[in-house]
Amino acid sequence: MKFVVLWSDALFFLLLAVAVASGIWASRVEHLRLSWRKVGQSQVGMAAATLLLAFVAVALLDSLHYRERLPGDKETYAVEVRSALDALLTGLRTRTEKTYSAPLATHSFAKETLDGEGRDFPRLKHGGAHLGENLAAHETDIAHKAVQGLGMGLVAWLVLWLLGAPLRRAAPHLAWSAAFATLLVLCLAAGAVAALAQGYHVLGTDKVGQDVLYLTLKSIRTGLLIGTLTTLIMLPAAVFLGLLAGYAGGWIDDVIQYLYTTLNSIPGVLLIAAAVLMMQVVIDMHPEWFATAAERADARLLALCAILGITSWTGLCRLLRGETLKLRELEYVQAAQALGVSGLRILSRHILPNVMHIVMIAIVMDFSGLVLAEAVLSYVGIGVDPNTISFGTMINTARMELAREPMVWWSLAAAFVFMFVLVLAANLFADVVRDAFDPRAVK
Amino acid sequence: MSLLKVRDLTVGIGAAQPVDGVSFDLAPGETFALLGESGCGKSLTALALMRLLPAAARIERGSVRFAGDELCGFTEAQMRAVRGGRIGMIFQEPGTSLNPVMTVGAQIAEALKAHAGKADAERVVALLAAVGIPDPARRATEYPFQMSGGMKQRAMIAMALAGEPELLIADEPTTALDVTIQAQVLDLLRELQRQRGMAMLLITHDLGVVAKMADRIGVMYAGQLVEVAPRDAFFAAPAHPYSRRLFAALPEMATRQQRLATIPGSVPPLGTAFRGCRFADRCGEVLSVCRTQAPPWREYASGQRVRCHLETVSQTVKVGAGGTAPEPEETVTLLLEAHDLKVHFPIRRGVLQRAVGHVRAVDGVDLQLAAGRTLALVGESGCGKTTVGKAILGLQPPTAGTLKLDGKPHSGLAPARMQMVFQDPFGSLNPRMRVGAIVAEGRPDADVDSLLLQVGLTPEMAGRYPHEFSGGQRQRIAIARALAVGPQILICDEPTSALDVSVQAQILNLLTDLQERLGLAYLFITHNIGVVDFLAHEVAVMYLGRIVERGTVDEVLRGARHPYTQALLAAVPRIEGAASERLLVPGDPPSPANPPAGCHFHPRCPRATARCHGAYPETAVLSATHSVRCYFPD
Repeated sequence: MKFVVLWSDALFFLLLAVAVASGIWASRVEHLRLSWRKVGQSQVGMAAATLLLAFVAVALLDSLHYRERLPGDKETYAVEVRSALDALLTGLRTRTEKTYSAPLATHSFAKETLDGEGRDFPRLKHGGAHLGENLAAHETDIAHKAVQGLGMGLVAWLVLWLLGAPLRRAAPHLAWSAAFATLLVLCLAAGAVAALAQGYHVLGTDKVGQDVLYLTLKSIRTGLLIGTLTTLIMLPAAVFLGLLAGYAGGWIDDVIQYLYTTLNSIPGVLLIAAAVLMMQVVIDMHPEWFATAAERADARLLALCAILGITSWTGLCRLLRGETLKLRELEYVQAAQALGVSGLRILSRHILPNVMHIVMIAIVMDFSGLVLAEAVLSYVGIGVDPNTISFGTMINTARMELAREPMVWWSLAAAFVFMFVLVLAANLFADVVRDAFDPRAVK
Repeated sequence: MSLLKVRDLTVGIGAAQPVDGVSFDLAPGETFALLGESGCGKSLTALALMRLLPAAARIERGSVRFAGDELCGFTEAQMRAVRGGRIGMIFQEPGTSLNPVMTVGAQIAEALKAHAGKADAERVVALLAAVGIPDPARRATEYPFQMSGGMKQRAMIAMALAGEPELLIADEPTTALDVTIQAQVLDLLRELQRQRGMAMLLITHDLGVVAKMADRIGVMYAGQLVEVAPRDAFFAAPAHPYSRRLFAALPEMATRQQRLATIPGSVPPLGTAFRGCRFADRCGEVLSVCRTQAPPWREYASGQRVRCHLETVSQTVKVGAGGTAPEPEETVTLLLEAHDLKVHFPIRRGVLQRAVGHVRAVDGVDLQLAAGRTLALVGESGCGKTTVGKAILGLQPPTAGTLKLDGKPHSGLAPARMQMVFQDPFGSLNPRMRVGAIVAEGRPDADVDSLLLQVGLTPEMAGRYPHEFSGGQRQRIAIARALAVGPQILICDEPTSALDVSVQAQILNLLTDLQERLGLAYLFITHNIGVVDFLAHEVAVMYLGRIVERGTVDEVLRGARHPYTQALLAAVPRIEGAASERLLVPGDPPSPANPPAGCHFHPRCPRATARCHGAYPETAVLSATHSVRCYFPD
């Protein structure tokens, strides 16, 4: 086995490290600690944070990549790059059917000509295979497995609850009840799904027979990466240029304003499409840059993040420029100027800390928008690599099947539900963060 | 028969009671003034009368009887007929009380329609004429942004009059206005009240305004009325210790180089649980019973009613609690000289942003400041006095003129020599920095502890954030920050105008102490004549970018020769001699972008002749220190 660190993995770990480090830093700065405590005291905030953490955990597992060693004396490795999540879900990944099958079905979705028996729905290779000929037991088996799964989920939750006791003691004023209630729901759902997935395709299979549950779980990483890396790329530019334009004024302000006005006046999708196509050409011209298909797909994902980042910094930049224009006239900034404090120091000590709440709010609000943007772009065909599993590609492949009768709804529904939960959690969290950091809020 | 009868009115916000058991009567045609510092509940009382309380607040108990009707029992629909109809209200900020996208006439017509049923243009014009707006027919078609602050407040009064109110509630009606405009508006209110026989509930923190306007006075402290008295008795001898101290804290009441009497501490915050008298902690005459028992109402023969345990017959106002400081010796070391200082802001128009004119904010100012002395720069808002301060400090590059520091030409910042103390104690400290870091901003190696002690704070406050401090304490922090770099010159830009009277006295005392101890020179920018009288050695009066009169404080305040200075001094509402002869200047100050030809003051000047239209008068020297720019210094 050989570990592979893709560029996006490295950036994702870096991002997590930065988040943990800034968390430690925030706990030392009083006004930040107070604001975050307010987030923690909110029931909605804790529930949303728990959900987001679950998503992050899945994405983290999916970011530990490796190449398997092939059997034989020579040291050769498989060309497929797999992740820890793939290893955990080996069953789901390998139990592919021929084509579509409905959730929890035992038979295929389409009729086929069977050997000597005319046209009928063929039995699935894996879905419900353990039932054998005893098809009458199908429903009781599902119920049995679901109850078993729920029980396992409950046990898992109890273990987590016991493990969480020191946390609750350390910070008794936070809304732990909401967090553990969410966790209970999550554990029960995960337990039931895990138990059912042993014998069935819980969310059905897609056109080429891949398990939809597996696809949705793999999509989480793509969505999170696009949501966070894009912010990471655009943030320095937006913050620096916004503060500079607002504080320096004059021709610097003019240049920055012209820059973002011009960028804003080009239709976003057009700009992204042009950039993505150019990038695709570059990637296709240089196959020698990438050792595996996974690396190529990864490069495309990163490039997409960069392109989205370059086109989306203008909103925050404009907001920060306006706020800086206001802060610049405040008397504490003038007092600092009168004391001979340098411009860069005024920006970092007096202006940046006082616009951080806007940055904070913008990050969380943009996140959900970017997850949705990825879905839209992939649907249009200018998103991630077709080999990369993402919500967008899932929706894209499912769209034709909506016209079928009877409809193939599960791919779309699965992508929709997961994306909905992710974006809803992010939005709720953003609301709580905004309320907690808004200086005008009643203290 | 009283028109308004308020009994035991109590307003609650959460568990706190910002208005607690307020009772008073108001007769038709009478003016009752609610007097108090910020946060004492006087505005909430007015809003409760109108049933316009914010969502978080509610009337907990009490009754408001208005001409026999119980307003607390009225439905919202009934209240709407009362508001703006039988009870009119005007607010502090005329700028935000008018809708900027409607013409003034349309807004008055709206008020007329709501209460008189119909609105014709004639009535609108008649109302505008009644509040003394010149050319009312044209003004009715204008938008609020085309009017000056005083004009907008007149329009607000016209709207309040549209419903022919029997009672007018005026919540700090002149606080946002300049002193000459304030005098005009107060005269207008008194005249209207006399004509129409309205009762008026006047809410203010300004003793001068009270002296001029009120028939009876109610002093509020921490949500309660502590003294209710007829005007003459109140001003002759205030009975409650708090009232007495409010008088003593006025800078007008102390002669120069004395210490002002202060009230220690500040107004208790909302939600404080009281036991006994609410003023006990700040009272100089506190008894042991004050801390345990709420004081009863006492009635005096003079008609004063006081909520106090102390039964002493009220003494006359004691002036100057501290000893007289020796007059500092004459110093002649000139620290700072400004000659012909000009700051012009270009007005840019068009696609190419070409300058089509200039706002002459400062237009040729000469100043001298000597070590250990205070020069007060006096003027109304927009006259350029703050810009002078910033130009001298180096925050605003001057367009022309020379600055000399210690006799040597100087430009730009001189952080170690000159520092500034700003007006707004809430905007002048970074809310994200600890006090220690704020004070050490200019010199990282500063001795924060001793600096904090020097301004009357304690060293352990260095670890706290600005939001934990009151306005007066914040201003002390700002002064400590300026002192950290050891400057010789402190430019104070209205450092006390955002503070309550009692806290203002503390800061003024601190400034005089620091001047004595450190030999600081102050350039004190203010519009408050009382503060000037207390603090300044020399005074310069500014009008529209130029200094019109300068001299020692006695020469200017007691022997003013320029008609503008005289008008400015006359317009200040004074607590003694309410019926003094006043010289009212008409109109508003013109825009500095387009000043009148000749003497800038001539359109408002009672002495103006043809000569004044021609050219700006040269400086007329009256004595070694006193000079004035007027053709007819009388």
